[in-house]
Amino acid sequence: MTSKIKNFPGTPLSESDFTEGKVLSIHDEMRPQFAWDTGIGIGSYLAALKEGYLLGSHCKTCEKTVIPPRTVCEWCFDPMDSYVRLEDTGTINTFSLCYVTWDVQRITEPELPAVIEIDGASPLHGILHKLGEVKPEDIHIGMKVQAVWKPAEEREGAITDILYFKPIKEAGS
Amino acid sequence: MSERVAVIGVGWSGYRPVSPELSYKELMYEAAVKAYADAGVDPRTEVDSFVSVAEDFIEGTSIFDEYVPDQLGAALKPVHTIPGDGLHGLATGVMLVKTGQAHVVAVEAHSKASNVLSLPEITAYAQDPVLNRPLKLNSEFIAGLEMHRYMHETGTSLEQCAAVAVKNKRNALNNPLAAYGANWILDDALNGPQLAWPLIKSQASDHADGAIVVVLASETRAKVLSDRPVWVLGAGWCNGAPSLESREWGTVPYITKAADMAYRQAGIDNPKEAIKFAEVDDTYAYKELMHLEALGLCGRGEAGSLTEEGMTKTDGKLPVNASGGSLGMGHLLDASGMSRALEVVLQLRGNAGDRQLAEVDIGLAQSWRGVPTTSGAVVILAN
Amino acid sequence: MGMRKVAVVGAGMTRFVRRALETPKELAWQATRMALNSCEMTLDDIDAVCMGTAPDAFDSVHMKGEYLSDGAGAWGKPYMRSYVGGGTGVFAPIQGWYHVASGMFDTCLVVCEEKMSSYFPHAQAAFNTIFDHTTERALLPNLLWIFALEMNRYMNAYGISKEDIARVAVKNKRNAADHPCALLGDPDITVDDVLNSELLAWPVNRLDVSPVSDGAVTIVLAAEEVAKRITDKPIWIQGVGWSLDTAYWANRDLAYPTYVEYAARMAYEMAGVKEPRKEINIVEPYDPFDYKECHHLEGLQLADKGGAPQLVADGVTLRTGNMPVCPSGGLLGVGNPIAAAGLMKVAELFWQLRGEAGARQVPGQPKRGLAQAWGDLMQVGTVVIMGTEPGGEVAR
Ligand SMILES: [Zn+2]
Repeated sequence: MTSKIKNFPGTPLSESDFTEGKVLSIHDEMRPQFAWDTGIGIGSYLAALKEGYLLGSHCKTCEKTVIPPRTVCEWCFDPMDSYVRLEDTGTINTFSLCYVTWDVQRITEPELPAVIEIDGASPLHGILHKLGEVKPEDIHIGMKVQAVWKPAEEREGAITDILYFKPIKEAGS
Repeated sequence: MSERVAVIGVGWSGYRPVSPELSYKELMYEAAVKAYADAGVDPRTEVDSFVSVAEDFIEGTSIFDEYVPDQLGAALKPVHTIPGDGLHGLATGVMLVKTGQAHVVAVEAHSKASNVLSLPEITAYAQDPVLNRPLKLNSEFIAGLEMHRYMHETGTSLEQCAAVAVKNKRNALNNPLAAYGANWILDDALNGPQLAWPLIKSQASDHADGAIVVVLASETRAKVLSDRPVWVLGAGWCNGAPSLESREWGTVPYITKAADMAYRQAGIDNPKEAIKFAEVDDTYAYKELMHLEALGLCGRGEAGSLTEEGMTKTDGKLPVNASGGSLGMGHLLDASGMSRALEVVLQLRGNAGDRQLAEVDIGLAQSWRGVPTTSGAVVILAN
Repeated sequence: MGMRKVAVVGAGMTRFVRRALETPKELAWQATRMALNSCEMTLDDIDAVCMGTAPDAFDSVHMKGEYLSDGAGAWGKPYMRSYVGGGTGVFAPIQGWYHVASGMFDTCLVVCEEKMSSYFPHAQAAFNTIFDHTTERALLPNLLWIFALEMNRYMNAYGISKEDIARVAVKNKRNAADHPCALLGDPDITVDDVLNSELLAWPVNRLDVSPVSDGAVTIVLAAEEVAKRITDKPIWIQGVGWSLDTAYWANRDLAYPTYVEYAARMAYEMAGVKEPRKEINIVEPYDPFDYKECHHLEGLQLADKGGAPQLVADGVTLRTGNMPVCPSGGLLGVGNPIAAAGLMKVAELFWQLRGEAGARQVPGQPKRGLAQAWGDLMQVGTVVIMGTEPGGEVAR
């Protein structure tokens, strides 16, 4: 049927249609506000961050240690009530060099997001964070890294209590 | 594909004005664990499909279905969300079972209303962005417009609306799930600050937190899994005019259409005779009256006087909102309809404790998605 | 008791444009009117309406499904919106399928609409709120991150190069040059053009990415008896599948989309497809980024793990190849108004299987096609299998 149709609906506009006032529009900004209850699992995680360490939880059935901690294991649906203090070191699972901010501003020094598998958690169990104190070209998958924390008095129980993860000098190097 | 569908398990968490001890995931988990235990099913191996109802701006998360599977035991399973009321979710579960491709389906609805600090702001963004929102009116003006027109067309009085609030607040005192029970007299529901005249704050429900999970099964599976299935005889839903400029203000024809759809499936010709009790939306007291009329459970303009005469009390001919309704239990946002389906199930099973109705075998639950929508659903359940 | 058979009997779509004059309601109406006209039906013939549209944040319209309802033809009808993020465009037809297959409705509209240009200054910022509000959002994550992180992991796991992946963008943008609704069709684009385009988030360059767009697509579904009255060329929904993985995306290996595999296996089983590589004649996998097409072909069991780029390099996935992939031009070429883009793939199968795709027509009278979408935090797979015969009992 598409082969028979010549004119499809939909009218493209250009930037100048707006700047020259050919098309009228309304600007408005929504300001929703939330205060999310952190509950038991994530509440414990944030409390640990404030104290300066990473917390996971362990499923006895699956024999898995996960991060962040949660009250139910998503794989066996048993409750997870054993919490485990983890290392603040880990291994880069994957990373990017991002030249665009979240609100689409171009930047020349890239942001360095990474998934970091945390030591003490089960393999492939990591968290999203950023890298720092490293040249972008030196980053590689498998690199060992360690959390750089805010000073204790500035920590507030948030993921940003870790500033970033930096490379650990590998033994012998 | 024409197999009957049953409710074989229900679970809930709540309801309360705040729930700071639990995250939304933990709230959902509590309801889910109870529902699966009630149904006697393991979600990891025995539930074929999962449905959750949620709206992004209420959750404060875009693409909320991302955060649904884990606490429902649904990781790596067929899961989807319906941005609708809990009864829309229930109807979805019914359809999934009726395809013959899913035999057991779990449906979840929740409210973390206490976490939404700017609910009026969010509701304002449900108004038409060009035609209505720039007027910067609190969305409850829409309820005021509707209530006024309804009272004008039917002769319903403010006292009759107040009688709804008194009844539901008192009913809630017998419901341990209810957050806002009170031993009110008529004056309590006639006084207090105005919201949008003629709507008074005391005739509008307050919000509560809670979660409900319902497990549905095909007839074949229900007979194996459950010794007291509650059957879904009918499920109907409908949308009216979304725009304020083209809707009927004194009636809610979309509720009538939703009900007709459900009655047709249930083979009900005369709902006044067939329906033994009802749980209908009472976000605002006048809505209970409007909805009873739209559902065909009483004549047009009669609901107010019948309420005053006690027909809808727990010992009346047609008990309405024995649970306490949204006025008594607290408004659970899009979980509201699900809380009503839960009540109907508990009543039909004889598990409603102090508020148990005598000899009920068929009940109706109805929902409305609140201002500014014209969206509602109806479910009919029976032993 | 056999399953009730469901067919697609009509389809319509708007042009996919960077910024449309039309409002969201008007886009939905235009696609819907065109779909109804295509099968000579009116709204009176329609029993129910299903809506697919992705984050409300794009339009800042709360309860966007309710807002769109009249544009989608739902006034006075049973109407619901389903939602699985980016997977929505292929989920909405699944929703339509269960409406009809349940026996509750004989006909159903499936409408997908997206207007991303309303978000100012750029729709991408709306995606910040898809991340966990407590454990991730404070890092100010960017939608590009998850694609870049996944692409890097995929490339690293199988030793795949950026050139290998850029060929997908070239193929799809060239295919789109034949699509009358396409935003980014380009018959002359080369691999070098893709590799030399602006670096956004290594390893992702600008031309690896589909454009934000406005647009709408509608299809009409009907039960067997009704479908046969409406058209002598119904296209049957043979199988559907969907699967949603854990939200803890940093707790699993991003190199392989297990959820796509689960969704595909569900759909293959329902369709009676035992050897997908032989039995699927056309594939429309989700391609918001070029590597995703490869990733998804592997999840769909249509390529070995890490093997999809070789199929692309060998020309197997060209429109004239043994397994044409994204003959429409895909999201990379036609455009990516999220939910509408997914349903565009289903509409493309409808046109291709009826032999009505014009310059895009795949040769050899294809009998069966598969459309797939993906979304959330690299988490959901949605799959629809369609064919010229009703169901699992197709002769092979
Ligand atoms: Zn476990």
